[in-house]
Amino acid sequence: MTNAEILAKLKEKYPNAVVDVPELIDFTVAIEPSALAEVAAFLRDECGLDYMADVTAVDRPERFEVVYHLYSIKDKTSEPFVLKVYLEDKENPTVASVTPLWKGADFQEREVYDLMGINFEGHPYLKRILLWEGFPGHPLRKDFENRTFTYEELKPTRPTEPDLM
Amino acid sequence: MLKTESIILNLGPQHPSTHGVFRVKVKLDGEAVLDLEPVMGYLHRGIEKLSEERTYVQIVPFTDRLDYICSMTNNQAYALAVEKLAGIEVPERAEYIRVIMAEFTRIINHMLAVGFLWNELGAYFTPLLYCYRERERILDLFEKTCGSRLTCNYIRPGGVSVDLPKGFIPQAKTLTAHLRTFADELDNMLTENEIFISRAVDVGILPAEVAVNSSITGPMLRASGVPYDIRKVDNYSIYDRFEFDVPTCEHGDIWDRYYQHILEIYQSVRILEQALDTIPDGEVMNKRAGRALRRPPVGEAYGRIEAPKGELAFYAVSDGSNNPYRLRIRPPSMINLTALKEMCAGQKIQDLIVILGSINIVLGEVDR
Repeated sequence: MTNAEILAKLKEKYPNAVVDVPELIDFTVAIEPSALAEVAAFLRDECGLDYMADVTAVDRPERFEVVYHLYSIKDKTSEPFVLKVYLEDKENPTVASVTPLWKGADFQEREVYDLMGINFEGHPYLKRILLWEGFPGHPLRKDFENRTFTYEELKPTRPTEPDLM
Repeated sequence: MLKTESIILNLGPQHPSTHGVFRVKVKLDGEAVLDLEPVMGYLHRGIEKLSEERTYVQIVPFTDRLDYICSMTNNQAYALAVEKLAGIEVPERAEYIRVIMAEFTRIINHMLAVGFLWNELGAYFTPLLYCYRERERILDLFEKTCGSRLTCNYIRPGGVSVDLPKGFIPQAKTLTAHLRTFADELDNMLTENEIFISRAVDVGILPAEVAVNSSITGPMLRASGVPYDIRKVDNYSIYDRFEFDVPTCEHGDIWDRYYQHILEIYQSVRILEQALDTIPDGEVMNKRAGRALRRPPVGEAYGRIEAPKGELAFYAVSDGSNNPYRLRIRPPSMINLTALKEMCAGQKIQDLIVILGSINIVLGEVDR
């Protein structure tokens, strides 16, 4: 199934979910944040996109964009299907987690949470992965102050999340 | 009254078998692994953040320091993403050189993967040093070409930095023939070893559907029986001109992951033989690349390659200025770690070390 066919099928099934189809090098579809869980399950089960290659986020001046790159290992697609979610709420960006669908998104969502500060609702274990508990702020945000921190500011704190084990 | 209690053990961060600073928190019942949690980030240098303040060409040396065993393929993946973003053509000779360097790098990586796996099994340094000996010969070629052995900084957006030196092709041809014999030697020496078979067969099994769902790529995915190779699927660079197969194994246990590496060395040798025979003369760098990279058009591009460890991809977002607005690195060895927990469930603690070795992680790439 080509990306254009997938988009047509998606529009047919969820007419209100697609908010934007920007003109970019890779085939990109932006969807409504509230519809993500349903649309992702639909893409995986009905459209054959079984491989979640990459989860990341971009901090734009007016919004956060969470970007998912999807491929099909079964059909061996060579063009990515790029799924985007625009999060307008810059204070408290929250989106549904896709880890229950693709286990491969687990560490990547934790990384986005760690470095970009986006909450993934429904993630089984959302905890900082590369930086430590108590690190001030999220470094990949554009408003992150790039300066020398004092030792006291960087001191690790006791984990707030309950331990996995 | 007798009772048993599970204990929590920290493997690492300083542990000889983790190849760097990597910690695994394991919950044990006697020797059996009940649960585990990988803890990473000790080598985090913030390369993605640093890249936002550098020009596109200044980022190339950072990519060397991701997976420091395979710096050539890291350069290539970055170059591919940036060329896609800025619409830069690559001269034909440069494409051939890229393929030659990438396949040599793949052989280095696969030899070291085998060597370190045997280290983990207790065959201290004998197989590894054989592999290191052959790796030196390849590194000599790299040094001759770009002056550097590990952090090559050779493949740049638009081509490669310098042309091949005099005498490279005949030397590389001799070496390629030698590497085929060495792969045979490695195969004869290790594959049928009885102790190895008893430690590796049916240990750490990764079923194909779990592998796909956990975004596992590279030799690990193919060892689980999924014939997915980005060189074949995407046909990036000029891989469609060469004849090679995508070998797979069936069970996805440690033995299969080991043998997958041996099989892939042969395929890389095949590609090398063809590329060294047919390499054309010509330019090695697109002269317009520097200018195109000064102000690439607004947009975003996702460039991926089949790196030796799996899918290595760069996602570059440009806002039209001379540094990237956002650069995301998709690290194969970090994402391959997702399956560690599944593979170790119910195994013994000594098998955990070997399973970790069979994933073949490099911490520079896991932590970035």
